[in-house]
Amino acid sequence: MRRSFVRTLVELAAADPRLLLLTGDLGYNALEPFMERFPDRFFNVGVAEQNMVGMATGLADAGFIPFCYSIVTFASLRPYEFIRNGPVLHRLPVRIVGIGGGFDYGPQGTTHHGLEDLAVMRVQPGMTVIAPADHEQLACALRSAWDFPGPMYIRLGKDDTLTIPGLEGRFELGRAQRLRDGADCALIATGPVAVEAVGAADDLAARGIRATVLVIASIQPAPVDDLAGVLASVPVALTVEAHYVVGGLGSLVAEIAAERALGCRVLRCGVRQPPDGRSGSQAYMHRTHGLSREALVETALRALSAG
Amino acid sequence: MTEPMEARALTPARIRQIILEQSKRAGVGHIGSALSIADIVAALYFHVLRIGDVREPERDRFILSKGHAVLALYAALFLRDWLSEDALNSYCGDGSLLGVHPEHALPGIDFSTGSLGQGLPMGVGSALAARLQRSARRVFVLVSDAECNEGALWEAVMFAAHHRLANLTAIVDLNGQQALGYTDQVLSLTPLAARWRAFGWDVHEVDGHDVAGLTRTIGSLDTRGGPPHVLVARTVFGKGVSYMERQLKWHYWPMSDEEYRQAMAEIGG
Repeated sequence: MRRSFVRTLVELAAADPRLLLLTGDLGYNALEPFMERFPDRFFNVGVAEQNMVGMATGLADAGFIPFCYSIVTFASLRPYEFIRNGPVLHRLPVRIVGIGGGFDYGPQGTTHHGLEDLAVMRVQPGMTVIAPADHEQLACALRSAWDFPGPMYIRLGKDDTLTIPGLEGRFELGRAQRLRDGADCALIATGPVAVEAVGAADDLAARGIRATVLVIASIQPAPVDDLAGVLASVPVALTVEAHYVVGGLGSLVAEIAAERALGCRVLRCGVRQPPDGRSGSQAYMHRTHGLSREALVETALRALSAG
Repeated sequence: MTEPMEARALTPARIRQIILEQSKRAGVGHIGSALSIADIVAALYFHVLRIGDVREPERDRFILSKGHAVLALYAALFLRDWLSEDALNSYCGDGSLLGVHPEHALPGIDFSTGSLGQGLPMGVGSALAARLQRSARRVFVLVSDAECNEGALWEAVMFAAHHRLANLTAIVDLNGQQALGYTDQVLSLTPLAARWRAFGWDVHEVDGHDVAGLTRTIGSLDTRGGPPHVLVARTVFGKGVSYMERQLKWHYWPMSDEEYRQAMAEIGG
């Protein structure tokens, strides 16, 4: 989604001088269109993410809307307390942009796997959290929400060509996008791994099982009513995320099911094991952690037969 | 009842009295750290900072990165009539905006601090914003010497030097103490001025208790071009109260009644 991100950012920056782009020395072969078009509004701060977010706080306090770009873990975890005491505490429009959510950087190893960013960002009050599923949805999300008040975290996938069938670039803050309707179960996904959920729904349909498929890109504000509506209408829901099962989409959905006393069983598909040093391609990592289309079908069938 | 303006003498001694009064009333510590910066805050708030109104966008900015010393800042805001006596007396009270560390929700506090190492990065952003907006406003950040233990501070130091943020001035409160010991014993900072110089800053070693000297030095800085500036200000922790000076326990300790009477007598209150 890097190209879509930069293309859209250039478009927005051309129309609004408040927009700045900061990077922690990442974005080679991606950020150049912005650098070339707006050299005075682009800052490579060096490999210094804490200062990047602290600076962004000072810039936003003076009226700018700075985007801080790095790989998910370096963007969200390294400067986390700076995010908390900066844009969150001061309620300022700093945008933290993490590239490579989940296992996008699969073979790069554990330090590059972004598996807890949604959880830590979601707990911060007033933080908008957006995790688009494909580059079209990202562009739509940026255009509609980029200057929303307060801080924002945006989780980008690396794939610039993938599109989620049926999503057609739709996005609305606080709403879910519904891709399929079915009363037997629900597959609720966030991020590019949604493509596996759509595939699983197709495979389930071939077996006569009709699944509702939701894509959740607006993690916060959460699409509470949309989710509650679906959870009230199916006996089983699988949440699908390239993230630890604690704190992210699965937790969000479980919270809504519990708070609204909905009888739906929620199965959280995501990463459960602690890191053991093994890594591999994104597809391999998804298979390993039960996030492949086949694994999701298996999980759904098991849950449905357990009745 | 608000104290009449004519009674609000703009002196470091008044700042020290208020530090002692309020910490005694609230029964809290951080007294030594606040006394350490009383003269620096006096120089800034009574002579240096261009602030017509604390909400005016073109005002100079001040960030107290060593937020635990904020009583000195509350005192200055009160003496400049930007903080009411009622508000000052709410220090550490239930629901008060005047806590042990500064909150930007309080008019007069530009940025919330309390986590060491975060003030200078915010100040760098604030100074860069002023440059981008072609504003003449200046940014001052007061850090503690032990705060220079924080790696993030040096990230900001490097950025400011690389981008030659001349409108940014850091002041290091070099009192040689930190929470659990003397800085030379905990994690040596020596030679601190040379380190800042090596990172490309315009360094001035000054007496942090000489208000006239501090004011003069800051007045001589070129804030329109050249490198960022740092005043490495030699100070005495607990300055002005004999039994507190250079004593570690006054980082956290509150005063007894007898200690309070003696402290006020020494300050001249």
